[in-house]
Amino acid sequence: MSGILVIAEQRRGELRPVSLELVGAAQSLRRDGEQVAVAVFAQDPARFVPDLSVAGVDAIVTVKVPQPEFDPDTFVAAVGALIEARHPDVVLVAHSVDSFGYAAALAAARGYGFATDVFKVERIDGELVATRGGYGQKVSVELDFPGRSTVLLALRGNMYKPPDGAATPEVTAFETPATASRATGKEFVELSAADDVDMTAAEFILTVGRGIGEEAKIPQFRELADAVGATLGCSRPIADAGWLPKSRQVGQSGKTASACKLYIAMGVSGAIQHLAGMKHVNTIVAVNSDAEASIFTVATYGIVGDVFEIAEELRRHF
Amino acid sequence: MKILVAVKQVAALDEDFEISSDGRDVDPDFLIRDLNEWDDFSLEEAVKIKEASGEPVEVVAASVGPEEVDESLRKCLAKGADRALRIWDDAVRGSDPIAIARILAAVVKREKPDLLFAGVQSSDQAFASTGIATAGLLGWPHAAVVANLRYTPGAKTAVFRRELEGGLLHEVEIDVPAVLTIQAGINTPRYASLRSIKQAAAKPIEVLGLADLQLGSDAVGEAGSLSHVRRMYIPEKGRAQLIEGSPAEQALKLAAIIREFKGEAA
Repeated sequence: MSGILVIAEQRRGELRPVSLELVGAAQSLRRDGEQVAVAVFAQDPARFVPDLSVAGVDAIVTVKVPQPEFDPDTFVAAVGALIEARHPDVVLVAHSVDSFGYAAALAAARGYGFATDVFKVERIDGELVATRGGYGQKVSVELDFPGRSTVLLALRGNMYKPPDGAATPEVTAFETPATASRATGKEFVELSAADDVDMTAAEFILTVGRGIGEEAKIPQFRELADAVGATLGCSRPIADAGWLPKSRQVGQSGKTASACKLYIAMGVSGAIQHLAGMKHVNTIVAVNSDAEASIFTVATYGIVGDVFEIAEELRRHF
Repeated sequence: MKILVAVKQVAALDEDFEISSDGRDVDPDFLIRDLNEWDDFSLEEAVKIKEASGEPVEVVAASVGPEEVDESLRKCLAKGADRALRIWDDAVRGSDPIAIARILAAVVKREKPDLLFAGVQSSDQAFASTGIATAGLLGWPHAAVVANLRYTPGAKTAVFRRELEGGLLHEVEIDVPAVLTIQAGINTPRYASLRSIKQAAAKPIEVLGLADLQLGSDAVGEAGSLSHVRRMYIPEKGRAQLIEGSPAEQALKLAAIIREFKGEAA
């Protein structure tokens, strides 16, 4: 067999949106006559069939697994067994915390071609080529996979559009061999709000990053955020250092700033997870002394300059 | 009880870096090397377990790379690692994270640690793969993006929280021995004291070749990799519209953007 196999991602009974982006990527990659199958792994996988019945999906494979949530051993075994049964040319998974937990183990153990954080996948002269960033996203790297009959790629979120329209794919169930997992998933814990801020509801966020240099500068930016009417947020290193509570961290691993429409990033260089978590925002203004900072690649407006000077000048207007 | 901490010396780029003549990497003259940020956290986590333990715990730092990597390993020794291992052979050049994982898996077989820690990802190539690939090759239990680790040396399991997207944590209990990839922010890495830096400078770094690990040269480098670099290039610059002028002029424009958003007249 051949074709493209998409591994959907679900958490706590909800399909993660990136699953449909993977279908979009599969659609852009498919050749004439090539089948796109989507597999979903859950205790009750059938419940995801309606959400996965989108244009571009030829087949849905439901795989019953014993644990309700992602489990590394289960996924290495079950995804591996499915790939061995179907022999797809390409397997697409999300570049996500779940895939961090099994994709590399599976690829290494089975010898599949492998790359992660891929933002573009295409065929050039018939060869599968995956493009990702390198050296802190300062360069782009094209990878190919000579001699690999199956290639597993973890795709970055927000790069491919989910397909429009519905379809009626063929649905089959796949039985996995029973595996005793050596880990047990327990409860989920929401990041507790150390202060009463709700980043998910904030429409206007002013964020500080490493560029502010020291903790003593936080009050100055807190005051500026208050003055302009913004919610103060921060990048991951600031929260890791404890300068601001984790509840104020925005980006992929922080709170999802889903309501944000105006985002001012001061001294944020723009790690990829940060950029991915803020890409949806209408207007992003980046202030950074480094003209090469990655944040300028997603910002609407850029100010190359000293964050403190700009902050002081801005304060005068409010 | 032994914890093996896999560390990487990462490379940042000098401002005016150039792509090397073969078009497949950056010219090494433009690389600025340092210990990977995530590895600082995973080393600290191992040293914390050692310090809190009633029984002896050995922390061993291991890194794959040429002689210049000793600098990062000395940093690990200064911050509390008991021993440092460096693995190198010219055949390792061109390795992807999976080929590096083959080496680490062989080091695990030799050292027989109870836990292998690796950073979630490296700040330069960010594959987020090496630690978990090592687990896959060993067949060990594994978990990625570990925060809030609770482990008592001698215990049969460890409990931690996976840090998921969107500010969500997932508590997991895992059998030990295991491979855990450690998330930044799990602790506050210490600074090495001048005294410990001096002591570290005098400690030996054990250097291993492929033969010491029973690895052939085809297990590493491009032959042992699951991907192959076709081309590296500098992408087109970002699309941000630059606001030019003096700081005062730039701030005035920014104030106008804020006012427009808030629906106020400038």
